[in-house]
Amino acid sequence: MQIAITSTGASLDAPYDPRFGRAAYLIIVDEGTEAWEAYANPAVNASGGAGIQAAQFVADKGAWAVISGDFGPNAYRALEAANLAMFIAPAGEALTVRQLIHLYRGGKLQKPTGPTQRRHYGMGQGAR
Amino acid sequence: MKQLVVLSGKGGTGKTSLVAAFAHLAARPPSDSHPSPVTRLVLVDADVDAANLELVLQPTPLEEHEFTGGDLAVVEPALCDGCGACEEICRFDAIAVRLGNGFPRAAVEALACEGCAACTYACPRQAIQMVPQVVGKWFRSATPFGPLFHAALQPGAENSGKLVTLVKQMARLLALDEAYPLVLVDGPPGIGCPVISAVAGADMALMVAEPSMAGIHDLERIWGVVDHFGIRSAVVINKADIYPEGSQRIETFCRERGVALLGKIPFDLAVTHAMTAGQPVTADSGGAAARAMTAIWHQVLYQLGETA
Amino acid sequence: MRIVVASGKGGTGKTTIATSLALALTDRPILLRDCDVEAPNAHLVLSPQLTAREEVSQLIPSVVETRCTGCGRCAEVCRFHAIAVLGGRVLVFPELCHSCGSCVNNCPEVALDEQPRVIGVLEAGLVPNGPAFAHGVLNVGEPMAGPLIRRLKGWEFSHPVGGGVSADPVEILDAPPGTSCPVVETLRGCDYALLVSEPTPFGLHDLRLMVEVVRALAIPAAVIINRDMPNNRDLERFCRVSQLPVLMRIPLDRGIGSALARGQSLVAVRPEYGEAFRGVFAHIQQTVHGGVP
Repeated sequence: MQIAITSTGASLDAPYDPRFGRAAYLIIVDEGTEAWEAYANPAVNASGGAGIQAAQFVADKGAWAVISGDFGPNAYRALEAANLAMFIAPAGEALTVRQLIHLYRGGKLQKPTGPTQRRHYGMGQGAR
Repeated sequence: MKQLVVLSGKGGTGKTSLVAAFAHLAARPPSDSHPSPVTRLVLVDADVDAANLELVLQPTPLEEHEFTGGDLAVVEPALCDGCGACEEICRFDAIAVRLGNGFPRAAVEALACEGCAACTYACPRQAIQMVPQVVGKWFRSATPFGPLFHAALQPGAENSGKLVTLVKQMARLLALDEAYPLVLVDGPPGIGCPVISAVAGADMALMVAEPSMAGIHDLERIWGVVDHFGIRSAVVINKADIYPEGSQRIETFCRERGVALLGKIPFDLAVTHAMTAGQPVTADSGGAAARAMTAIWHQVLYQLGETA
Repeated sequence: MRIVVASGKGGTGKTTIATSLALALTDRPILLRDCDVEAPNAHLVLSPQLTAREEVSQLIPSVVETRCTGCGRCAEVCRFHAIAVLGGRVLVFPELCHSCGSCVNNCPEVALDEQPRVIGVLEAGLVPNGPAFAHGVLNVGEPMAGPLIRRLKGWEFSHPVGGGVSADPVEILDAPPGTSCPVVETLRGCDYALLVSEPTPFGLHDLRLMVEVVRALAIPAAVIINRDMPNNRDLERFCRVSQLPVLMRIPLDRGIGSALARGQSLVAVRPEYGEAFRGVFAHIQQTVHGGVP
């Protein structure tokens, strides 16, 4: 089973990226083999709909779950439609991707009940 | 780290003058009588069409970057046979077949082109390419009051919303990296996509209203946007004494909607004087407007402290 | 003939000038179109009796589920990420959609329809004893003013029998502030631009940008200085050097300011300006038609 984590760098020891749509990197980890691969996020410079593009990307990579700091309205809708589970990193802590995976495995991460709108970094066009 | 965006709906209400004053006030050394949680901030001029904040902050440019807006359709004349499939498919009247050198060829009207690429898909000869366009620049500058992120969009260009998002993002990243407590955004007029981009992710929107018929009307519109996106907001009335009945109407409006009114700034020629001197009002004058802006700044800090 | 009143900087007095010009030209049919669809204000000054109304919609793709195979071609061709295929379903994001039709045109299964989505409204009517009037009001939360402005400019609205709109009125367009696409949309196809400025650093800075726009569109222009002050040397010099005629100067005057704040028109509070506005129009006619009305 593949999971996707947003990251600031192409390494498991990089701090995770709290944004989803405009995250610098999307790291896909195979939960079974622990093999992982980091991809530069194709949506990072999208003029709009970055969340949608990023959602499409992780869905195409076969991920079943995504871990990030925030999911904006478009990203939330797109990931939900694609049946991807979403998990939120605890706020205010500068965790590495590796530490975040550890928390996920320990069942410590919450799922959002809706788009996490207040910390929305995009163009705001998906609100409500 | 919090984000405060200053908006108005109507243009010319005094957003930029107020933002400059806030920047100056934040940078003053804290005193016991005025302890402040915000002594450093990152500034953003999000009015990329008509960026005026730099005129009163004396920035020193540090970085300059090109900004690529949307794509433009470009026809390769050698491949085009003037069939007109593009003209038929375009919904923006941006491409048409014209006679050039005796041959009918498709020609694009750049200012009308939406960048949708419908023509490229319709062209049977694949004679049209989408070419990214550099339509402006964005800058990181140093000012006496903190770092400033600003931009200049080429007159007539599209994608101001995208450019606004970009300068805000850059400001946010710097603020996070260097632990600035506040990003202060000077917003554009109107309610369309540049404003929506400016307001996205804000912890608070401060709406600057002028007490004229038009000002009241447009305050209601911008409040509608801020409310639509679920953002906490507050109001200040600028040039409050030019129409006292108007000021009253705004006070009633705020009360009815549960929006905090943080203060009223009287009409004061010192504001224009400061602008001409290239200085924030509070640096240039100790008069009525400067005093009102100072009191408002303290109210703003209190309100920001109240946001989660 | 179409005259646009624009400025670059917000709050310089576009609406003040546009409405007064419309009210002062009493000898011919006039139509004022308020193209500042994000924050329209001209109706507050003119108090038109609105008799025509039309909702404006954008066409947004919608999926015909029975024909869609989930091939994803629509998502591939959309440049705005407004349509995506996820979990085997097609999702549309209406606020991102530019209604270009690319997705519809390229669906191999003809599985996309288009449905209208209201983005704003057009309203029109007559000002009693005054010009005809039309404006657009963009719905709060809608990002794009351009499509509404386009529709407003081309709108041929029905008007009351026996009343006003002549077949060929002179049109005065009140432009939005700024220099980007809504302003360009307003300016396109117009014959003359009146640029309203004020003698402050912000006013001059934004006038420069506005002049670039009108030059790029090859529209002849002149300047009206509002809230004029004794120290206006920089602005006057810029106009001289740029060969922009200054057709009117209205001084900074608290009495005028208060009256405008109350919603009065400039020619109501200072009727003597009527003559000046008629002179401005005569100058524009000369430039555009070479003296022929």
